[in-house]
Amino acid sequence: MTTHALHDTGVLTGRSLRHILRSPDTIITTAITPIAMMLLFVYVLGGAINTGTDGSYINYLLPGILLITIASGIAYTAYRLFLDLQGGIFERFQSMPISRSSVLWAHVFTSLLANLVSIAIVIGVGLLMGFRAQASIGGWLAIVGILVLFVLALTWLAVIAGLSAKTVDGASAFSYPLIFAPFISSAFVPTASMPSPVAWFAEHQPVTSIVDTLRALFSGQPVGQEIWVALAWLLGILVIAYSLANLIYRRKIS
Amino acid sequence: MNTESAPTAISVRGLKKSYKDLQVLRGVDLEVNPGEILALLGSNGAGKTTLVRILSTLLAADAGSALVAGFDTATQAHRVRETISLTGQFTAIDPVLSGRENLVLMAQLRHLKNASQHAEELLERFALSDAGDRKAATYSGGMSRRLDIAMSLIGNPRIIFLDEPTTGLDPQARLEVWDTVRRLAADGTTVLLTTQYLDEAEQLADRIAILHRGTIIQNGTLDQLKDLLPPAHVEYVKKQPSLEEVFLALVGAPDQEQP
Repeated sequence: MTTHALHDTGVLTGRSLRHILRSPDTIITTAITPIAMMLLFVYVLGGAINTGTDGSYINYLLPGILLITIASGIAYTAYRLFLDLQGGIFERFQSMPISRSSVLWAHVFTSLLANLVSIAIVIGVGLLMGFRAQASIGGWLAIVGILVLFVLALTWLAVIAGLSAKTVDGASAFSYPLIFAPFISSAFVPTASMPSPVAWFAEHQPVTSIVDTLRALFSGQPVGQEIWVALAWLLGILVIAYSLANLIYRRKIS
Repeated sequence: MNTESAPTAISVRGLKKSYKDLQVLRGVDLEVNPGEILALLGSNGAGKTTLVRILSTLLAADAGSALVAGFDTATQAHRVRETISLTGQFTAIDPVLSGRENLVLMAQLRHLKNASQHAEELLERFALSDAGDRKAATYSGGMSRRLDIAMSLIGNPRIIFLDEPTTGLDPQARLEVWDTVRRLAADGTTVLLTTQYLDEAEQLADRIAILHRGTIIQNGTLDQLKDLLPPAHVEYVKKQPSLEEVFLALVGAPDQEQP
């Protein structure tokens, strides 16, 4: 059974990767909004923002931009899953002797690969705009690890949305608050500059700890306690979203 | 596990299913013999799709039992899935992939070796070879349905469920589907098809079961069903009852529901 599950997941992942290759605009649209934001903040607004750090503003900004990239990327996972459910091919899969979980995991792996490509594009543009990282190899591994966790956590949220949405718009609308969340965090400006209730929220929401950790890793600084807070958030969201998604899925297919 | 000794391809006993307050199936009994084409006839909302969804393991029944090839759909779902294929009411193809890729996908998911060879054979059999490399999204309704059925035949399942296979098709495409079903049966495949078209049942089925308000109210060959009506009492013109008349007479008046 387990080898079947791996084989089935591989086959189905190949299928949805084909979908992406045939509409590469999904990756480009995922990357374009964050790139536009990055241009806007670095070349228009950034001059007036005092981050209280020595490095260039793009070094400060990029981690938050990466999270926004992922938040808009996973909307496509919900969208593709929703279309499968609508189109009847989902039921075809359910009536076939394939492992139950592989249908969802295929979408999750596809999301992971597509988001990693979008992230690479955004980092590439960031490098052209003067972004510089001083991370060690261990630092880079930690960065990739945190980004992968972030993609997985948000993708399972997207699976919930895709499974329970009633309309196409509903399937992707859930990602708007996720895209917006970095604005009320330390992603663009330090939280100290915000009015105290907002600052309190910003300091205690997951994006700030993740952004601060990524920023420290990129600049080769010690990460401190922040990384544990970030990991706790990421794993917490991942476990809850995964369990909930599978609960909804089991209800759906029985 | 011994399917050889299983006398019937499909055996349904006292099957019940409700959605909240709505009783869709109220104790369905049905037997389908191996190699037979059984048409499940009924109006919209009679419960045809619900019954097919239970038999193809997509839905759990509330009560009763359903055996497919001797396997219990509730407890041996995986074994059932290895034996059957489902062509649902709505075309279940991947529009982004080509016809060939759709078939290869099915072959790989059925763990067949030589996936591309299986795909090739079915493209040919369903006259889709020329369109094999085109995106399925560009196919006409009839071609989509042919591809849909072809995808169901990958791996030669012994029992096939076709849920309203010709709904929404033009007459030409309809005849193509009929041809396909006849050839399947000729090869010994058991076919359970649902339809609301009476002529479709009349044309294809060895046996016809009429599902009305959640139970099978009649089940037999076309001739047996025709015999249910008194011979036409004719004075000027002799007239055989058409299946349509039989059907409407059977389901039409509530007091005739329990013959």
